[in-house]
Amino acid sequence: MAHQTRRDFLKTAAIAGATLTGISSNPTKAAQQNVLSENRMGVLVDTTVCIGCRKCEWACKTAHNLPTQPLESYDDKSVFKSMRRPNDKELTVINEYPARSWDDYPTTVKVQCMHCDKPACVSACIVGAFSKVENGSVIWNGDKCIGCRYCMVACPFQIPAFEFEKALKPDIKKCDFCFDRTKEGKLPACVEICPNEVLTYGPREELVRVAHQKIQLYPKRYINYIYGENEVGGTSWMYLANRHFKELQFPALGGSPAPGVSEAIQHGIFAYFVPPIALYALLGGVMWINKNRKPSDSDSEGRHE
Amino acid sequence: MSDNLKPTPIAHKFFTPGVIFLSVLAANGLVFLLGRFLFGLGAITNLDNQHPWGIWIGIDVAAGVALAAGGFTTAALGHIMHKEEYHVIVRPALLTAMLGYTLVAVSVMIDLGRYYYIWHPLIMWNGTSVLFEVGMCVMIYLFVLYIEFLPIVTERFIGRVNLPGVLKRFNNAIDKFLRVLDKGLNKTMFVFIIAGVVLSCLHQSSLGTLMIIAGPKMHPLWQTPILPLLFLMSAVSVGFPMVIMESIATSKSFGLKPETHILSNLGSMVAPLLGIYLSFKIGDMVIRQTFVYLTEFNTASVMFVIEVVVGIVIPLRMFLSREISKSPTGLFIASILVIFGVLLNRINNFIVAYTPPYQFNTYFPSIGEISVTVGFVALEILFFRVLVMIFPIVSLPFASTLRTKFSIKGV
Repeated sequence: MAHQTRRDFLKTAAIAGATLTGISSNPTKAAQQNVLSENRMGVLVDTTVCIGCRKCEWACKTAHNLPTQPLESYDDKSVFKSMRRPNDKELTVINEYPARSWDDYPTTVKVQCMHCDKPACVSACIVGAFSKVENGSVIWNGDKCIGCRYCMVACPFQIPAFEFEKALKPDIKKCDFCFDRTKEGKLPACVEICPNEVLTYGPREELVRVAHQKIQLYPKRYINYIYGENEVGGTSWMYLANRHFKELQFPALGGSPAPGVSEAIQHGIFAYFVPPIALYALLGGVMWINKNRKPSDSDSEGRHE
Repeated sequence: MSDNLKPTPIAHKFFTPGVIFLSVLAANGLVFLLGRFLFGLGAITNLDNQHPWGIWIGIDVAAGVALAAGGFTTAALGHIMHKEEYHVIVRPALLTAMLGYTLVAVSVMIDLGRYYYIWHPLIMWNGTSVLFEVGMCVMIYLFVLYIEFLPIVTERFIGRVNLPGVLKRFNNAIDKFLRVLDKGLNKTMFVFIIAGVVLSCLHQSSLGTLMIIAGPKMHPLWQTPILPLLFLMSAVSVGFPMVIMESIATSKSFGLKPETHILSNLGSMVAPLLGIYLSFKIGDMVIRQTFVYLTEFNTASVMFVIEVVVGIVIPLRMFLSREISKSPTGLFIASILVIFGVLLNRINNFIVAYTPPYQFNTYFPSIGEISVTVGFVALEILFFRVLVMIFPIVSLPFASTLRTKFSIKGV
């Protein structure tokens, strides 16, 4: 891993050198991607069958080389007493919401990056360190990141976490949809370990169909809503539940993509550089006219515009 | 330029009790800054995963950029509108902007987790990123500001290059180089002056676009699609008050007579600018019907009311008053209020309005963050003092000054 990073660094340095000297190069790996493939994958989370065993938390840490307690310690349910959020040491966590009545079960909800179809982090990142790739994952490129944390400001789900304790090379940490595993044909670690088939991994379009089918077949088991189907333009991870998602502390978000407005403004101001150049020309004209006026003209009275 | 006034280096004792006090503040800030580099952002700041940005972005960067707007507004007035009478304030405003933007760049750097990669945006572009646009514009504008300042340096040293010892032999060559540079700058300065105004308009507004992507995380009192326009208008209206404040403070500090006539003329332009800004702010509130949030009593509503009433309405009324805008004290207080209003607006937009969906604790800056911010302000004032004593920036009555053959037309 260390060797890999070093090599990547040298590669970036080489690209940097090439760019500075004006030689065009095609940095395939480093280049930012934002593709919305028809065949992108997703996960359907059925919270009604989740038993809160937290094995996914362990699998996630193991798959991402994060320090972890032994698997047995995850039986401890006392962590459910307070709400937890993914952070730089835990990329996914499970929260429990108490049962509403005596014949009901508590609902446990797995939280991780939603892997938006129109990700705010990809749009916002100053250096394009985030990519939405072919298989639906939103991944982070550690060689580019400068640690500005604008992705954290932008994310509507409050997911990216930052290693605030590190003085050198702090990383942005978030679920990467086990990109290193899926590209080898393996399942994401959490999906693989889940003993209750809470997590269904598959093409997103198919998952949406399956989810609708489930709701139709068991209208008493589920509320008629798929969280993530339309939120901020759709997300790769989608949820089914037996109660309103607001009770499960999902943020109430509209259907328009998070980066929509800012990108529209940005592209409006910079439409092929026409507005800045027009302003430049206008100011130049004003300056020229004013300069050629007789000095007494502008000195004589307090005309300001 | 008035015939009897000429930019001159100020001859004055450097150390005063105030200067010593500022030096202590600056040193204190630098100590905490060292801690940030040794132990990381988490050790010195109160930032966490819920609050990724604190006062180093909200005050040092966002408010810093806005309060350095005096540079481009006076450049537009003095050079593009070609109002000769305002040339005496162009240089101090330029110096304030140059120092302000330099500290903005430094502030960005210290806030970056990987500050040593600050050059990455130069070669790794992301056209959809507002931050990328802001970063590039600020970087280019900083470069433009240094170029605009160069004629002041050449004016100071042409005919006075006097290197000691072995370096003596280079004196002639350097002098010649300065003369060539000066001539070249004189002919091309208009390119940079217009570029400076265009770049300022771009990034002052884009700074407002920055928080739009935060969407519902931002309090509706501030989250609006016209944020870029509001940011630009507030920057334009705080430009002259900054110049007035800084000019009166300089006069006071060095025991000079304030340019009351010019400053009150400047002040007369503030009221319309503030008025337009206020009308857009209120109009936006009415159209989006966000006034309903003012009926709640919480930090957001209180801060919004203070921002609008103390920072816009009261100074607007003051600048409209004939008596107040004729007296240096009145001008000074009114200007301070406008500056306070814009400062508060940036703090509100970047910190107060930002409410993450999952909040376990609220953010309040740490002692370290406050120390660094205060230290940087102190440093800026100290640098300003040093530079006006070295370079011909503040205009003084002509009789008492040395004659120079070179007057720089471009500036």
